[in-house]
This record gives sequence, structure tokens and C-alpha cells, in this order.
Amino acid sequence: MLTVPHVTSYLTEHFADDDFGTLPGYERRGGYAAARKALTEMSPAEVIALVKDAGLQGRGGAGFSAGLKWSFMPAGTDKPKYLVCNADESEPGSFKDRILLERGGHQLLEGILCAAHATGAEKTFVYVRGEYAQPARTLSRCIDEAYEKGYLGPDVMGTGFRHDVVLQRGAGAYICGEETGLLESLGGGKGQPRKKPPFPAQYGAFGMPTTVNNVETFSHVPHIVRNGADWFRSFGTEKSPGTTLFGVSGHVVRPGLFELPLGTPLAEIVLEHAGGVPSGRSIKGVIPGGMSMPILPADQLDVPMANEFLRERKTMLGTGGVMVMDDRTCMVRVACIVTWFFRDESCGQCTQCREGTGWLNKIVRRIERGAGSSEDIDILLDVAGKMEGQTICAFADAAAWPVQGLLRHFRDDFERHVREQKCPFTESFEL
Amino acid sequence: MDEGRPRVVISRSARQRIDAEIAKYPVRRGALLPALHIVHEERSHVDPEIAVELAEIFEIHPVDVMEVVSFYNMFYSTPQARHHAYVCTNLSCSLQGARGLLRGLAAHLEVDEHGNTADGRIHLGHEECLGACAYAPMMRVDDTYHEDLDLESAKRILDGLS
Repeated sequence: MLTVPHVTSYLTEHFADDDFGTLPGYERRGGYAAARKALTEMSPAEVIALVKDAGLQGRGGAGFSAGLKWSFMPAGTDKPKYLVCNADESEPGSFKDRILLERGGHQLLEGILCAAHATGAEKTFVYVRGEYAQPARTLSRCIDEAYEKGYLGPDVMGTGFRHDVVLQRGAGAYICGEETGLLESLGGGKGQPRKKPPFPAQYGAFGMPTTVNNVETFSHVPHIVRNGADWFRSFGTEKSPGTTLFGVSGHVVRPGLFELPLGTPLAEIVLEHAGGVPSGRSIKGVIPGGMSMPILPADQLDVPMANEFLRERKTMLGTGGVMVMDDRTCMVRVACIVTWFFRDESCGQCTQCREGTGWLNKIVRRIERGAGSSEDIDILLDVAGKMEGQTICAFADAAAWPVQGLLRHFRDDFERHVREQKCPFTESFEL
Repeated sequence: MDEGRPRVVISRSARQRIDAEIAKYPVRRGALLPALHIVHEERSHVDPEIAVELAEIFEIHPVDVMEVVSFYNMFYSTPQARHHAYVCTNLSCSLQGARGLLRGLAAHLEVDEHGNTADGRIHLGHEECLGACAYAPMMRVDDTYHEDLDLESAKRILDGLS
């Protein structure tokens, strides 16, 4: 039972209408006009310039300029070029791409067509996480409809441009959301990330020039092509234009998805839109952008939700997954869940990550059950510090940051466990 | 036919679907994950005979197939229960009582928190975040998500499985 966003804007405006997911329903609401405009009235360079001017940042976590990324695709090569749509959404706390797939399949395909024209890609591989069987079926139906209508295939919209879309399902591995891990998996291998360089624009899917973008990133593109860069910049901040989908979960009255401009204060999202924590309780901490992103304490919710502001608080927007914890929450238990996840999902390639994630988990579990010592807290920080920036991909950093964030703001929770030799938070959630 | 060949175990219709997937990729091996999904629709796991046959189709070594099978949580190399029921126990779901739900279901089914029912009907386990964080707690039963659960509604879902 998939609910539509509580607050909508241009991306999710029609998500409550069931026929928006069908090709006729999508076209009735102006769908595919942007792809037609891009293909017939704009050169590839113009589309790239437009997306650059709009300032669209990737919505998969890193926040890199989408237009700039497209411009890295080599021109004048005789190799086939590919796009990859990263629909492997697995960041704990994040569920926006699932709803974009379920409710906005044609919007995604239209964004892919615009990007294909801009980069000269002949084929797009959409890699959907294995557990998203239902969203994959829904998107697969949209792809079939687009082929039947001639919007995909050898002669897209009668322009002579060829574009195919292939959907591949993952099979349950968080690391396949990392773009080079994804490329390895797409190629039929273990999803172990590649060393960069070479970057995917030089050596991507099947060794060919490739651009990888997140589902949401593609989904913004038709709106930019239709309405222009200035319109897009009327949402959000100067450095982070547009809206994004904030998924709010945890201890809130009204959990769900909210499409709001980038730069919306975290307090407005949590207290106003999601209704705050149930009465009689107060907020203890909020993870602002999915589990990899360091937590913020209750007195920092004034932060505008855009990377230029979040970085000042030593955290990032990530995937917009906002996880709210009330005053009963034991932050050492939170650390147990976080470190277990990364221990479980490390691909095992790099020693610092494989061993580091295991040790982080072992030590926080020891502290949680009351068997920790005060040196353990320093060891945690030491191990986390040695995992950062040392590995092939950013997974080890993503495992270290939340532990550092918890110790930065809630060190007292850890110290109380050590002092009292037990968990002092008797009303906290169960482990 | 070569006497040494193993008997063909992948069904004709599955083989046709695998060939259709291979045609979509610039390199045969690109269709290995799709092929493994197709095989898992018909059988609970990839046994050595299947691995040998897939290796022939993809022109790779059987160990390459098994290496991929073992890397991914949704592929299996040993016989499985008829249904998989996984409770998400990541942070948002745990904040909403997922651990208690998992324990309650384990007691109801008389299995460990990771185990098969005696009749081979259900494998119960936990899974990492499934992308349903606002609708917690939740569980995935085979291909279907069940959200906003409590112990009673979750028990009814499992009791209804054949």
C-alpha cells in the first residue's frame, strides 16, 4: 500500500492520480512534450547547457552537477555510449525513488530520453534494486508502452534517434548503489566497486562511455526542459536549486514523503510537515539524509536542508532520508544498528572497510551491553578515522561518519553506558 | 549429444527468456543476473547442475556463477522454504518496534529469528532497509511488501501462506 506524498510540487504533482502512471494519462498532463522539444528543437549541447544553467545537482547522495557530468561524455567517439539509471535505492531512511518508480515511470523515461539526446547515448540500463519487484514491474509496463508508441526504439518520435531502455534487477546488495559497484553488477559480476579513474564517462558499463544518474535526477529533467533554467532556479537556494523529496521516518506523527524546495529548514520538515514527535516527548536527534549522514542534535534543526549549509554542521543532504529520534532513544543502540548494517554490507574488498566495520560493530555492542571501557570510545574514533579516505569507494567513509556524528553529539550516552555498566535508557526501542 | 553433458535442467521456457535477456546486452554475461532471477522463479536455489548449465550458456566457469550467487542476498545455493518472510530491522523500523515484531513472529512460528518452519513452509528472517521507512514496521514476503504492521496483522499474513 503505497501512499503518495503529503506535500507535492512539480515532481509529484499528479502522483495521486492513478492514470499518471499510464502513457495516455501522462501525455494528458503534458508528458513527453519536453522530450519532443529536446529532440526536435534543441542540440545536445543546448540541453547540456540548459541543465548546467539550471544547476541541477545529482539526487543520489553526492550532489554533483548533472549537466557537468553529462558534459564529460566523450564526443566524436565511435564507441557506443550508455546511460545508467541508478534505481538501487538502499540507503536506510530513503524511499523516494521507489515512489518515483511506482508513480512516475513515464516522467523518468522522459528524463532519460532528454539525457540520451544530450549525451548521444544509444541505450539506458535501469538498475532497480532486487527487492523492488513491484516498482520494477510497474516501470517495465511503462517501458513497453513507450516502445509501442514509438517513444523508444529505432526511431524515437520519428526523429531518427535510436534509444533502447533495458531494465535489470539487482539481487540484494547495498554496495550496488555505488556507481561502479552497480556497473560491475550490471555486467554480471559481484558488485565490488572499481578504482577511479578511469571514471564511468571513459570506462563505464561494459567498458563503454557511460553516465550514471539517480532516478530522481532524471525525473527533474523534463521539467527543466519544459520550463527553463530560471523557473527551476525559482525553487531552492542559489547553490542548490529545485525541489527534492524528503522521506521522513522514525518518531514523528505524520511520517511520509514531502516534496519541498532545497533549503527548507529541517525544523519545518520535521515539526510542521511531519507533525513533530508525539505529544509528551521531545526530539533528541535527527539524521538528515539517510543513515550514512552524521546525526544532528535537537538544537541544530534550524539548518536549511541544502549541502552548503549542512556541510557547516559536518553532515550532508545525502538522499533526503530524515530519521527522527525522540528523547527516549538510546544512541548507543542506534550505533549498534548503524554499524551492524555497514558490517553486513561491506563488499570485503578493502581491508580498512572489511575489518573496520566489524570492529566498530563489535565495540559498540560491547558498550551497549555494559561491558565497555572508557578506552573503547577512543578506539571507536581511532578506527573510524582510519577508515576515512583509505578505500576504493566511499562506503568506508559512509560507515565511519555516522559513528563520528553520534560521538560528536551524544558522547555522554556512550560514557553513561561505560560508567553504569548497563544501558541507562530503559524506555528506548528494543534491539 | 555428448555423453558427458549433464542433463538439461533449465526449462525450455526459462531458456527462451534467458536468450531474450542476452539479446539486450552488448556482452552475454550482462544477462547473468536476469538469468539467475529467471532460474529462481522455477527453483528455490542454484544447485551445481544449474550452475554448470548457466556457465555453458554464458561461456564462463561454473565457479564464476557460484561466486555471483554467493555475493547476493536474493540468490541461494541451498534448498529454500516455500516462502521468505523478512522483517526489516534497520533503524526506522526498529524505532517502531520491528525487533519485537520479529521476536513475536519467531515465537508464533516456533522458529529461531532466522529459521525455517518444520514443514518447510516459511523461512523467517530479518533484512536491512527495504525502502518503506515511513510505513514501519514492515516485512517483505517473497515479492510483496506489507507495511504498517503490528504483530496480529503480521501473524495473519504468515498464517495465510500456503
